[in-house]
Amino acid sequence: MHIYLPIAEVSVNAFLLLGLGGLVGILSGMFGVGGGFLMTPLLFFIGIPPAVAVATEANQIVASSFSGVLAHLRRKSVDLRMGTVLLIGGLVGAAIGVQVFAALRELGQVDLLVKLCYVVFLGIIGGLMFFESLKAIRRSKTPGKAPQRKKHGLVHALPFKMKFRTSGLYISVIPPLLVGLFVGVLAAIMGVGGGFIMVPAMIYLLGMPTKVVVGTSLFQIIFVTGFTTLMHATTNYTVDMALAVLLLVGGVIGAQIGTRIGARLKAEQLRILLSLMVLAVCGKLALDLLIMPSELYSIGVGGSH
Amino acid sequence: MRALLILLLLWMPVAAQAQKLVADLSQRNVEITANFDGSDILIYGAIKGDTVQPDLAPVDVIIAISGPNEAVTVRKKNKRLGIWVNTEAVEVAKAPSFYAVATTGPLDEVLAAQEDLRFQISIERAIYAVGAPPEIEDAGAFTEALIRLREKNELYQQNEGSVRLFDQTLFSTTLNMPANLVEGVYPMRIFLTREGQVVGRLATFIDVRKVGIERWIYDLAHNQPLVYGILSLAIAIAAGWLASAFFRYLRF
Repeated sequence: MHIYLPIAEVSVNAFLLLGLGGLVGILSGMFGVGGGFLMTPLLFFIGIPPAVAVATEANQIVASSFSGVLAHLRRKSVDLRMGTVLLIGGLVGAAIGVQVFAALRELGQVDLLVKLCYVVFLGIIGGLMFFESLKAIRRSKTPGKAPQRKKHGLVHALPFKMKFRTSGLYISVIPPLLVGLFVGVLAAIMGVGGGFIMVPAMIYLLGMPTKVVVGTSLFQIIFVTGFTTLMHATTNYTVDMALAVLLLVGGVIGAQIGTRIGARLKAEQLRILLSLMVLAVCGKLALDLLIMPSELYSIGVGGSH
Repeated sequence: MRALLILLLLWMPVAAQAQKLVADLSQRNVEITANFDGSDILIYGAIKGDTVQPDLAPVDVIIAISGPNEAVTVRKKNKRLGIWVNTEAVEVAKAPSFYAVATTGPLDEVLAAQEDLRFQISIERAIYAVGAPPEIEDAGAFTEALIRLREKNELYQQNEGSVRLFDQTLFSTTLNMPANLVEGVYPMRIFLTREGQVVGRLATFIDVRKVGIERWIYDLAHNQPLVYGILSLAIAIAAGWLASAFFRYLRF
């Protein structure tokens, strides 16, 4: 069944979109990532204009993240206080990121920089997570030795300490603010919600338990993508409601299923799966840059930019 | 200036226009509904009068339909420092979003090159590229790439020999419009040629419009963007809540 999209002005298969939404929704519920970094290239591939794909994707992520957060709230695996602190940092970071993006555009070659940024970050994050999780799984197989987690590093030495009860942390607000800020900058430059950077940062930099991280990440993604949707709708008119509805019907159902799958997995297993997914996306992007494309030319609508 | 001149020529009645054409379409309005899946339009007509004379060479018919024009940028990837990146770009100032040419025979036989230049009938002529940046050597390759990519999507069609001409008087063809249509007025031109020279022509149009929910969504998005944005978010939140409530009800 084909549906004509009013804003994108293309005709696409409705079931394909429902399926795509569901798939990305499952990942979203499992890992606490928005899934924009997977969905946007898929939408390009089926012929949705890039501007519409990016804007509509943001709208769909609001739905699947909200669906996921509600499931996590019932399991009490959302640290609202931590989420709020990260969000404040993230919004400031996003504002800075937009300025950085504009400055880079002046210099030219911003596309290349974004892609290289992606490959490097995804490679480092995915690789580190993969080896750490592998070690953790090996450790759990040799019983007797409990893993030592409580370390007193820089995170504990800083002032403005705050209790994050759900995460079981009593740390300074400065590291979460900085993490939020940094992810906000990257998210604005790379045009994504930033979940796949935020999740590892919360686990490894802030020392939050993996189970809490997923729900907390989804909580802050709702606000970031909600804001993005409004910006795109009012400045570019590129949010396609018909496309969004098809994607989000699949997405919200997927998110519920994903949350339940995630709850049945061990923290190490969850981390290793996420790291594999991140590495796969990284590998795909790297190959695109290295292998000669079959079509060298591409068409962009509008003037030269 | 050149464009203005061509426009003027197009509108002026041609003195030597001995041939007379009449034509109609099976459908003048194409309505884009939610399940719009392309449209087939029958174009038919007749050559009037005593114009078909046995001592003159036979006539040919060329039909050209064009979608709304838009500016596009064609980019080309090159290898730099071992990786493939977009390095060159050519701006095509005027490229129709849809373009179809149907003829009774091979285009280069039924239409002389200078007549194509004058009336801009072939796909290559219908696209108008502004001066490419000087560092790009083969600007022609960019417009060729644009045509190739759009032909793949059936947005550009060159259907040579698809117009049937009966007894040098009646002609008909079927136009297949793909589902990926842009809204707007699609001007249609019918040319009558003899030995490559245009001896008669007729202009009409097809109106492509969004209707129903397509129209409503499009208008809301452009006229009340804030309301539209908030509505989009409300749908997202409601759907998220509904899915959550439903799954809790299932106790899954």
